[in-house]
Amino acid sequence: MNSTRIVRETTPSVSVTPVIEAFGLRKVYGERVAVEDLSLDVYAGEVFGFLGPNGAGKTTSVKMLTGLIQPTAGSARILGRPLGDLEARRQIGFLPELFRFHDWLRGEELLDLHGKLYGMSREQRRRRIPEVLALVGLSEVGHLRVRAYSKGMQQRIGIAQALLNDPRVVFLDEPTSALDPLGRRDVRELILRLKSDGVTVFLNSHLLSEVESVCDRVAIVNHGRVVAIGPMGELLSRELTVEFRLGALPDGVVSGLSAYVQVEGVVSGSRPRVVARASDETAIARAVDYLVRTGTPVYGVVPERRSLEEVFVDIVSREGAEPR
Amino acid sequence: MKALVIAQLTFREGLRKKLVVGVLLLSLLFVVFYVWGFHLFVQDWREIEARRAARGAPVGTYEIFASAMVLLGLWTVNFLSGVMTIFASVGTIASEMESGTLQAIVPKPIRRWEIVLGKYLGFAGMLTLYIVAMVASVVLTARIIGDYTPPNVVQGTLLIILVMLILLSLTVLGSTFLSTVTNGVLVFMLYGLAITGGLVEQIGTALDNEVLIRIGVISSIVVPSDSMWRLASYLLQPQLAVNFLGPNPFGTTTPPSAFAVQYAVAYALLLLVAAMLVFRKRDI
Repeated sequence: MNSTRIVRETTPSVSVTPVIEAFGLRKVYGERVAVEDLSLDVYAGEVFGFLGPNGAGKTTSVKMLTGLIQPTAGSARILGRPLGDLEARRQIGFLPELFRFHDWLRGEELLDLHGKLYGMSREQRRRRIPEVLALVGLSEVGHLRVRAYSKGMQQRIGIAQALLNDPRVVFLDEPTSALDPLGRRDVRELILRLKSDGVTVFLNSHLLSEVESVCDRVAIVNHGRVVAIGPMGELLSRELTVEFRLGALPDGVVSGLSAYVQVEGVVSGSRPRVVARASDETAIARAVDYLVRTGTPVYGVVPERRSLEEVFVDIVSREGAEPR
Repeated sequence: MKALVIAQLTFREGLRKKLVVGVLLLSLLFVVFYVWGFHLFVQDWREIEARRAARGAPVGTYEIFASAMVLLGLWTVNFLSGVMTIFASVGTIASEMESGTLQAIVPKPIRRWEIVLGKYLGFAGMLTLYIVAMVASVVLTARIIGDYTPPNVVQGTLLIILVMLILLSLTVLGSTFLSTVTNGVLVFMLYGLAITGGLVEQIGTALDNEVLIRIGVISSIVVPSDSMWRLASYLLQPQLAVNFLGPNPFGTTTPPSAFAVQYAVAYALLLLVAAMLVFRKRDI
């Protein structure tokens, strides 16, 4: 197990220049509050995961940030410019959750259309379109009508469309919803490639393993507000679970241990094991100190790595997943 | 100008619509029958003319009847272009909102009003070509087969185009906040109201009834499409024919004023601007 997991990352690993800043974004439809209060910063060059249960307001948030819907209140800046700024939009790529295109166009024509909308010159489009088609693995079918594409291929052309302008910020709303496992792996690699090129990626997904493998930082939203945000490592080690591997288990030790950590399970035997949750590393150090003082042989203290899924379920179920 | 990108897309998309293809085929059929009909009319007229001349009876004025033939032809062109305008553009914003294709377009570096303007220009371009081709078919038929040329063809054509622009503004505006179906029903009802209002006004003129005339005038304020057609029809007939026909379902003896034309142009422009303003705030 990787012990550095317990170490808190206090600064974002990439940069401190925010490229997406949301200040109290709020969206109300009639009586239904879709987004309560969204405030967050996304820094340049990071892959930012945006998670939440269904109906938490993820897509509404992305739609506000990309200018599709008007916030009821609050504001946001992208690349330092207010929402709707054309210069900022020139540098943004967006794959909508509902990826539907003018499907009577051929793949290449569709990209040509979107290239024109980005204001790319004929020369730029001629150079860039084959590039992005290759990037998403559609080089062979660029001459076919989008209507003839499978769902997965349509999602891929949607990703191609979002990368056409060499964007500095890319919003991907559930980019792998229609893809098979191979396609998902391709997208994961693509995201990592974007990251290595310094592109900021705002990834909206509920595939937690996908988010866990590519994201630098994560926000979890529930009921339209951010309930947890931070670097992936910090989020995963927010509450530590450790396993104490002991040589013996004298009477009273378990209850004594409870003063420092929350004991979750005890496996007795010749080599007893105690599984416990700690609020932070100091608590673990104190617990080890206690064990040593009581003369209990400590063979190992193994941090248990929690998956993002466990953290997610934990946070969301604590909040109550059902919307009001 | 990004609006032109959208205009081009809309033009191409419009030509792909089954409805548009259907109207084009019908129009072709109409032109074929019109040519044939005009040919029969001219043959008939010559026979009558010869018979009457033999009997020494007075011969009617050919111009009046040829003009009536042209009027019927252009009325059909105006009606078909009106129907095509409404049904080609009825879902231009609404259906793209329903299907989601706008979600990838709107976040692009394009202003929302440019999207509306682009769509407007795309349809206007397509329909203008249609109107010009159809008016040309009718006028050339009259000229070549009937040896008759109606007066004021250019002004008449421009007015038929204005009728189309009025209906297009109305439909595009509706499309920014209504569903495709609701918009179609509503705009078609308004179109029908304008036509009926025009008829009522003609009846009022014939019966010299102030109330009926007023109803007609009000309907032409609500939707000035029919009054512009009536001005076109008035201009496209020789005075002789106008006087002979009197108030009738296809034309008028009391043409709308120049102010009515200014009002109609302003109406089309204002509705287009309103469509831009509504779409600017619309959640997609």
